Amino acid sequence: MSNTDFALAVEGLTVSFDGFKAIDDLTLYVDRGELRVVIGPNGAGKTTLLDLICGKTRASSGSIKFKNEEMSELPEHLIVRAGIGRKFQTPSIYENLSVFKNLEVSFPRGRGVIGALGFKCDQVVRDKIDEVAQLIGLADRLDVESGLLSHGQKQWLEIGMLLMQDPELLMLDEPIAGMSARERELTAELLLRICQNRSMIVIEHDMDFVSRIAHKVTVMHQGKILAEGSMAQVQADPKVIDVYLGH
Amino acid sequence: MKANGLIRTVYGNYWSVAILALILLVLFPLSMDIFRLNLVGKYLTYGFVAIGLVMLWGYAGVLSLGQGVFFGLGGYAMAMFLKLEASDPVSTAIQSTPGIPDFMDWNQLTALPWWWQPFHSLPFALFAVIAVPSLLALIISFAMFKRRVGGVYFAIITQAVALILSVLIIGQQGFTGGVNGITDLKTLLGWDIRSDSARYVLYFANAALLLGAIVLCRLIQQSKLGTLLLAMRDKEDRVRFSGYDVAMFKVFTFCLAAALSAIGGAMFALQVGFMSPSFVGIVPSIEMVIFAAIGGRMSLVGAIYGTLLVNFGKTYFSESFPDLWLFLMAALFIGVVMAFPNGLAGLYESHVKPWLAARRSKATKAAARVAPTAPTHRPTAPASPAAAAGELGLAGKISSQIA
Repeated sequence: MSNTDFALAVEGLTVSFDGFKAIDDLTLYVDRGELRVVIGPNGAGKTTLLDLICGKTRASSGSIKFKNEEMSELPEHLIVRAGIGRKFQTPSIYENLSVFKNLEVSFPRGRGVIGALGFKCDQVVRDKIDEVAQLIGLADRLDVESGLLSHGQKQWLEIGMLLMQDPELLMLDEPIAGMSARERELTAELLLRICQNRSMIVIEHDMDFVSRIAHKVTVMHQGKILAEGSMAQVQADPKVIDVYLGH
Repeated sequence: MKANGLIRTVYGNYWSVAILALILLVLFPLSMDIFRLNLVGKYLTYGFVAIGLVMLWGYAGVLSLGQGVFFGLGGYAMAMFLKLEASDPVSTAIQSTPGIPDFMDWNQLTALPWWWQPFHSLPFALFAVIAVPSLLALIISFAMFKRRVGGVYFAIITQAVALILSVLIIGQQGFTGGVNGITDLKTLLGWDIRSDSARYVLYFANAALLLGAIVLCRLIQQSKLGTLLLAMRDKEDRVRFSGYDVAMFKVFTFCLAAALSAIGGAMFALQVGFMSPSFVGIVPSIEMVIFAAIGGRMSLVGAIYGTLLVNFGKTYFSESFPDLWLFLMAALFIGVVMAFPNGLAGLYESHVKPWLAARRSKATKAAARVAPTAPTHRPTAPASPAAAAGELGLAGKISSQIA
């Protein structure tokens, strides 16, 4: 029923926790190569939406199709292998491992038990690590224990770990939370650079940042989509002003 | 410089194994009579369990309070073979049914149960030593980890399994020898395992197997799987959402720990000459966790020292103050967990190693003064970021975990 052209087609998605519908009959399409930003007040269900797409939470009903393949029944690791990468809200990196190891472990080879035992960090892996480290600006920090990085660098490292896998859909949950102005600037540049050839869904609150990166903005409210369109359209929408931007 | 440092770390890690090998293969045999050596050999069979726990508890972060189950199953598989060999019709001629193990005869069994039959074959028994515990571990861990049961719940379940198995063994006296276990094991393919020469051979075989197991575990730790285990312990969700089936890595580690414990159990049966339910239940399983905790749950070599130390202590104190021993051991455990959670190996990392490093850098500086053109390999103050990370950060942490 969904159009094969979309990278991601979420249709009629509902999840209820003890009767409370965190996501209520939500339909959302993301194009290939599109950078979509999802905004909305606290409790609108933005993070839950990402949880549902990546399989962390299971939907009560509805479908999630990625490249026209149903994802909602797959275990998490297979959803990732299908090409969906997800960054968590708080930086989720392996603090005891070096930046290099963090990236190496994220390389999508040797993902089974036997494969991991026989995994060799060869030139292909090293080249990829170097490439990603350049991109996220941590090329000179590869040997640093990642727990010692600054907050912003940790966020970039997690994005880098996802980039190691070349996901076709990248979902970022508040990537610039807690960042300085300069770091925000760099992150915006980073996101614009990495959204080539892949779709992205970004949850963010900072409106300057959103208008800088978004191709299209989706406004969520109480588990539903309130408005969708360009930043200018959305900001002009009286419903949006009422529930969100006006406050 | 970086590659150099890496190679050095890898070889550096094997130094501790070499020292342990020297102690086990040279120092102990030269300094002890066969009675004491055999006793050490017995302790070392617990060492297999301890290194399994290092992998499982230290690395994968999964605490099992039921490793005695696997130790016991391995031991029983071996003991069953040895018992059948000891129960030939000639030496059991006085029994009402000659040719079956004595305890079966005492329990009015008149034929060998079908599941004992294959244990006439040594290859089958050796296969069963590994296969039966691994299979049980596979079933338990697959059922638990696929449902994401972990932490305290998993520990309690393993403890329940230990209780169930020991109750089962004690209850099924006619098939298992009951609370006495399987005793009077005499020969292995006609070779008297109670003789002094056999005890020497078995001691060395056991020590060699143990060292081999340590090297194997270290290779696993250094593989991507080892890194993944550490990563899972830190941020399980991140590993899962990087495309890994987290449960399977835990299942693998649990089965590995089970197989190692089983080898220990089999070597126990060979060296001590019996196997009984007192090595299966909850108390021995927890004791084995204490060995690993005191040695250092992140350190394979440390776990062996912990095992030896606690058992020497146990032998000494239980001879001198039999009533106090259990309290002492509990106090030791609590003390270790409170004061130095990384055990003996952690103490070595935090106190001995910096001291050694300081000495070494002094020596390097002296050498550098003699030959000013020679590059200093290990400056105390890190000159390059790579050296800094290698010295202070990652290598320090990781090598402390595998030292």
